[in-house]
Amino acid sequence: MGKVFRFNKDVDTDQIIASQYLLFPTIDEMKVHTFESLNSDFASQVKPGDFVVADENFGCGSSREQAPSVLKALGVKAVIAKSFARIFYRNSINIGMPVIVSKELYDAVKDGDDMELDLQAGVITVGDKQFACTKLPAKMQEILDQGGLIASLNK
Amino acid sequence: MGHTLVEKIIGNKVGHEVKPGDIVTVDVDWCMIDDIMVPFAVQKYEEMGFKKVAKPDGVVLIYDHFLPATQVDDSRHFRVGDEFADKYGIKNVHRTDGICHQLMTEAGYVKPGDIAFGTDSHTVTYGCVGAFSTGIGYTEMAGILGTGQLWIKVPETIKVEIEGTLQGNVTSKDIILRIIGDLTASGATYQAIEFTGSTVDAMSVASRMTMSNMSVEAGAKCGLFAPDEKTCDYCKIPYDDSIKALCSDNDAQYSKILRYKAEEFEPVCACPSLVDRIKPVKELKGTKVNQVFIGSCTNGRLEDLRAAATILKGKRVAPFVKLIVTPASRKIYREALADGTLEILSDAGAIITTPGCGLCCGRGGGILSDDEVVVATNNRNFLGRMGTSKVQIYLASPVTAAATAIAGEIVEG
Repeated sequence: MGKVFRFNKDVDTDQIIASQYLLFPTIDEMKVHTFESLNSDFASQVKPGDFVVADENFGCGSSREQAPSVLKALGVKAVIAKSFARIFYRNSINIGMPVIVSKELYDAVKDGDDMELDLQAGVITVGDKQFACTKLPAKMQEILDQGGLIASLNK
Repeated sequence: MGHTLVEKIIGNKVGHEVKPGDIVTVDVDWCMIDDIMVPFAVQKYEEMGFKKVAKPDGVVLIYDHFLPATQVDDSRHFRVGDEFADKYGIKNVHRTDGICHQLMTEAGYVKPGDIAFGTDSHTVTYGCVGAFSTGIGYTEMAGILGTGQLWIKVPETIKVEIEGTLQGNVTSKDIILRIIGDLTASGATYQAIEFTGSTVDAMSVASRMTMSNMSVEAGAKCGLFAPDEKTCDYCKIPYDDSIKALCSDNDAQYSKILRYKAEEFEPVCACPSLVDRIKPVKELKGTKVNQVFIGSCTNGRLEDLRAAATILKGKRVAPFVKLIVTPASRKIYREALADGTLEILSDAGAIITTPGCGLCCGRGGGILSDDEVVVATNNRNFLGRMGTSKVQIYLASPVTAAATAIAGEIVEG
């Protein structure tokens, strides 16, 4: 069980982690600035197992892999959006963070809702409502199952 | 059934026909790594345990975002890049030559039909010469460094057809902004955009570059122009049958076709803080500005600086406006110096800075503060990109930008 942090459409990677923090040598130093311009309390409030739920085109903009990386480092279990920008989507899979497309979830939840995700079964549960997750292409599921691209290439 | 340009480029590379949705592994011609991402790519490369770089001559390291350094830790990025290049025999290192996306074609690396990946989303720029190129993360880049390959999904293509002659104060920037407005910021996600028609045929490669560069702002995987004689002149290669074959077949299938008449375009701005919030410049008249930025991989080329100089010649920028001009590369800087363009801009009161990403990524000179307004020729007006999250960023052409600098408020050029 985790809490929902809800975001609007077209959240870009500058909003997830702004460029002035990209000079920090580690993701752990960057992560406290996650979503700073949108919700400056996010980094202190999010707990491992929580979820980011967003409208269309989440993660648009820069190719910075630091964007999914700070979310993963803060313990975000998965990002569920109506749609994703392609580089963010690929980067997330490559670092082993689930990204799930759901056209219904965003409109059905509010900030702070309790939510459960069963990745194996592909089911999201919020209160008494259930939502089906869309499947990843086999190539991407394989990388995600192995824990990301590094583990996958090392295999 | 016929093929689109992107299907042909990928098909040529893998040696068989491909169709949208196919997942194929391609040999990568060019890897571009910029200074921001160098330390991260190197770290991931080392974690992957590779012993050698698969194709060192196909790797290009370019320092541009952090140049000249403004933070004490920036130089670590240059140091890590230099050490990596030394250790693995990478000779293509540009330490002070300009913006990565300008240099990848200007310095003679990417050619028509090539496949290139870069650690920056504006890697799509090389579509201007008919190459397939797109941005990736640093972990994938580390994987390509070691293996020389990457898997890709063959994209569908949106065809954009533009016919006719552009009006005097309308540039390719106004065209691409309007197209992004029509498609929306996610309208081309996972897809290729291909630009065709007599209007783009008449354009310089530099103008096409502006459109390829911004195709990612509609979410596109790449933004392509079929190579022609101008492309070959620019790339210094013969215009032969292999180049002529790099075009979409008449019976190619598109996911969508957008048709425009060149005469219908007008000067526009992308308004704060979304790239697809497009308004005609005339509707924004009277918006006071504090700063104007002419530069970036979108519009920092010689024709852009000349267009600005034509408007600024013999005039002065408004006393309360800072006009910052950043040529995209050293070559452009020197050409603009030689032909008197920089002198005109300087006489008008412009601050001319060293080639690089400059203000575009919010790291270089010209950072703004709460409630300040900037008209900029780059590609993104995201919240907080050029200073605080209360800075208002309007994206425009160099023509609109130059006229705005003189008036002190947004006006048509």
